[in-house]
Amino acid sequence: MKETIYQKLNERVFRHTCGNGLELIVVPKEGFAKSYAFFATKYGGMDMNFSLNGERKKTPAGIAHYLEHKMFDTEEGNALQELAKLGAEPNAFTSDAITGYYFESTEHFEESLRILLSFVSVPYFTEESVAKEQGIIGQEIRMIEDNPGWQVYSNLLKGLYEKHPARIPVAGSVESIAEITAQTLYDCHRAFYDPSNMALCVVGDVDAEHILKIAEEVLPESRRPEIQRDYGTEEAPHAALPLVEAEMEVSLPLFLCGYKCAPSLQGEEYARQELIGGMACDILFGESSPLYNRLYAEGVINGEFGGEYDLLPGISFIAVGGESPDPQRVHTAIMEEAKRIAKEGVDEVLYQQVKKATYGCLLRAMNSFESIAVGSVEAYFRGCDYFCFPEVFESVNKADIETFITQYVVPDNAAISIIHPKAES
Amino acid sequence: METIRRKLMTGVYLTYIQQRKFKTNVVSAQLVTPLDEKTASANALLPAVLRRGTAQYDTMQKLSAELDLLYGARIDCTVRKKGENQCVGFISTFIDDHMTPGGERLLEPVSALLGDLMCNPVMQDDRFLDTYVQGERTNLIDQIRGQMNDKRVYASIRLMQEMCGSEPYGVSRLGSEKSAQQLSADTLYEQYRALLSTSRLELFYCGSAELGRVEQALLSAFSTLPRAELVEAVKTLPHAVAEETRYVTEEMDVTQGKLAMGFSSVSQDYPALLLFNVIYGGSANSKLFLNVREKESLCYYASSTLHRQKNMITLSSGIEFKNYQKAFDEILAQLDAVKRGEIEEWEEIGARSTIRHALCAMGDSLGQMEDFYLGQAVGGMSDTIESLSADLQAVTKDRMMAAADGIKLDTVYFLKNKDGKVAEA
Repeated sequence: MKETIYQKLNERVFRHTCGNGLELIVVPKEGFAKSYAFFATKYGGMDMNFSLNGERKKTPAGIAHYLEHKMFDTEEGNALQELAKLGAEPNAFTSDAITGYYFESTEHFEESLRILLSFVSVPYFTEESVAKEQGIIGQEIRMIEDNPGWQVYSNLLKGLYEKHPARIPVAGSVESIAEITAQTLYDCHRAFYDPSNMALCVVGDVDAEHILKIAEEVLPESRRPEIQRDYGTEEAPHAALPLVEAEMEVSLPLFLCGYKCAPSLQGEEYARQELIGGMACDILFGESSPLYNRLYAEGVINGEFGGEYDLLPGISFIAVGGESPDPQRVHTAIMEEAKRIAKEGVDEVLYQQVKKATYGCLLRAMNSFESIAVGSVEAYFRGCDYFCFPEVFESVNKADIETFITQYVVPDNAAISIIHPKAES
Repeated sequence: METIRRKLMTGVYLTYIQQRKFKTNVVSAQLVTPLDEKTASANALLPAVLRRGTAQYDTMQKLSAELDLLYGARIDCTVRKKGENQCVGFISTFIDDHMTPGGERLLEPVSALLGDLMCNPVMQDDRFLDTYVQGERTNLIDQIRGQMNDKRVYASIRLMQEMCGSEPYGVSRLGSEKSAQQLSADTLYEQYRALLSTSRLELFYCGSAELGRVEQALLSAFSTLPRAELVEAVKTLPHAVAEETRYVTEEMDVTQGKLAMGFSSVSQDYPALLLFNVIYGGSANSKLFLNVREKESLCYYASSTLHRQKNMITLSSGIEFKNYQKAFDEILAQLDAVKRGEIEEWEEIGARSTIRHALCAMGDSLGQMEDFYLGQAVGGMSDTIESLSADLQAVTKDRMMAAADGIKLDTVYFLKNKDGKVAEA
């Protein structure tokens, strides 16, 4: 395996691309009791329409998430139980772009790893088990629909995008998941759960060569499927709807302001784009920014206020919000501040401050095995290196931030999603 | 992992753990006081008001700038309930000395800032700034009201109020909206002086610095802490066993019902109850998860929590309104199954390793260690992560069944939709 030493971070990483195309990343961590394994496929809620070996497939919304739930079923029973017997804490998630399965354990790590690799690679569905899951996922969908935080985000995406699949919730709807059958699940597994479309990252006090041996023993050969993803036609640069509103049982209006940015890039350019967008957010409305402090002092925002720069395949945007008695005022204030920065430039002192804080923040994230593992795998899928941020840092300057804010935080690119408290009936 | 406990001053204790494996260090400062509905909201408001500014850095913006320059050090307000005591203060995390790009030492400046936040707030006419108190009081009230946004949290709080209405434990960590409304800059300042001079201060450090250096930094940071006659933390009394089960149903505009149930216990055998709880509803392989969710598809989640110092178990579940009776019956049927000892070998093995894992992995998380050792210090409990692990090994199935035998349903809280029909319980 290839070893890379990252001196500034005091980390070393082993990497290897296996014969079947699987990317293996091992991050040794001495002195920790737990180890963490993350096995993921580059397949998420957005991948509903695609072609497999030249044949076009249109699948129901929510299928990647449904598949994630059903993967734990094995011919012998249920992988969750197998892992729990060994004391491992397993779970899984589906995002717009990836589906990841993981566990954390302090004993029997290798045995658990074999189970993880096996149950994710070997599908086992029956029409009955697929039908039964409708009840559980139906409840999950109801639960998230009751969550105002989820609603406000979901509505913002509908405001920003006209047709991009990120508009559609990852879990789908109760109606869309009703169309899912065992056969559709098998088809999607065959297309996307091929080792050549997957990555495994292990973080912990482990031996990298040994992990490689286990991966090679357990994982199947690649079928080399040819997948083409269809995210629809290109989006216009401006926001689709400037305002999306709804009512729910909340105490204060909940809001998210969104600013549509450039399509996400690939490779090292992606890492740079992510860093610039993140720092632009801190400078514009972070806790040290003049805007944040003015709005906080005026009582228009509270400690819940915050935002970030999000990058999904093909798109990127800023989402910022929280609770406020007057969301529109916050929205206007952000755009005025952006206008001021466009005219006067970013304050040099604030820029240096935010740069230091961002460095500390990125480093802090590396305390978490989950952040390291998910970050490494996502970076791999995007063609960059999670551990190279100190170098990317060197390449960013104040002008990059100014250009970013000037270009994207403008009225044409803006949308606001508001959840109002329900009027008393 | 050695834990050292030292008395630094009258009523000031330091729990110290030396650890080099993390990228960051943690320093926590917590004032410990009996939980009382008369003072709970004032105490909850204090860290937020103090966090607005010190004599030296009198605005949040100046504080944020200083924290940015300390490589994004964080100082967060904390308000926690530990048994029937309330703990309020700050937790700070900052990057470890060996990770700072220029070799800067952050322990001293961060500790000094922490000490200043607690002891040297910005003042006007010998009291807190009106605007800061007003602003943070509004935020606290919003936060109390906001608890209804998350219906799962809301149902748990309501259950606790109904079940422990006559005990301090029924008081929410944030206090009530009504008492928060009555707080003014004057009354809050009085409460601050009283709390600061009479309550125990629990300090916690974990990181690479030597004990002597940590003691020195903290002694210097808290040198102006006033000390008067101490009001000690109270001993938490177990929940009194009720004669009859109480049923409470409320209506809101929700799409999913929330069922919360509280049980009392008479057993003093904590390790046995801990094992019981994990088997019953405390893991993804518990009886509740596997039967109520997986087998019967009655809910999306169903889990139970053991309240050690109160000898209580609470349970939380999200269900379809029409499934109320079925879910209720199944939850109790599973309790009876555990009482009768109907536990498969793998369930017991799994539960034991789940707890072993949770305890072992605690040493890998700064946040969990801080929280665990604060609980120990406040509750006057001397067991360590290692001794608890050993105690659990010794628990037999008979002991676990004996502990389960005394568990009795106390209170049932159900949140349903406005038009929903619910069968009579």
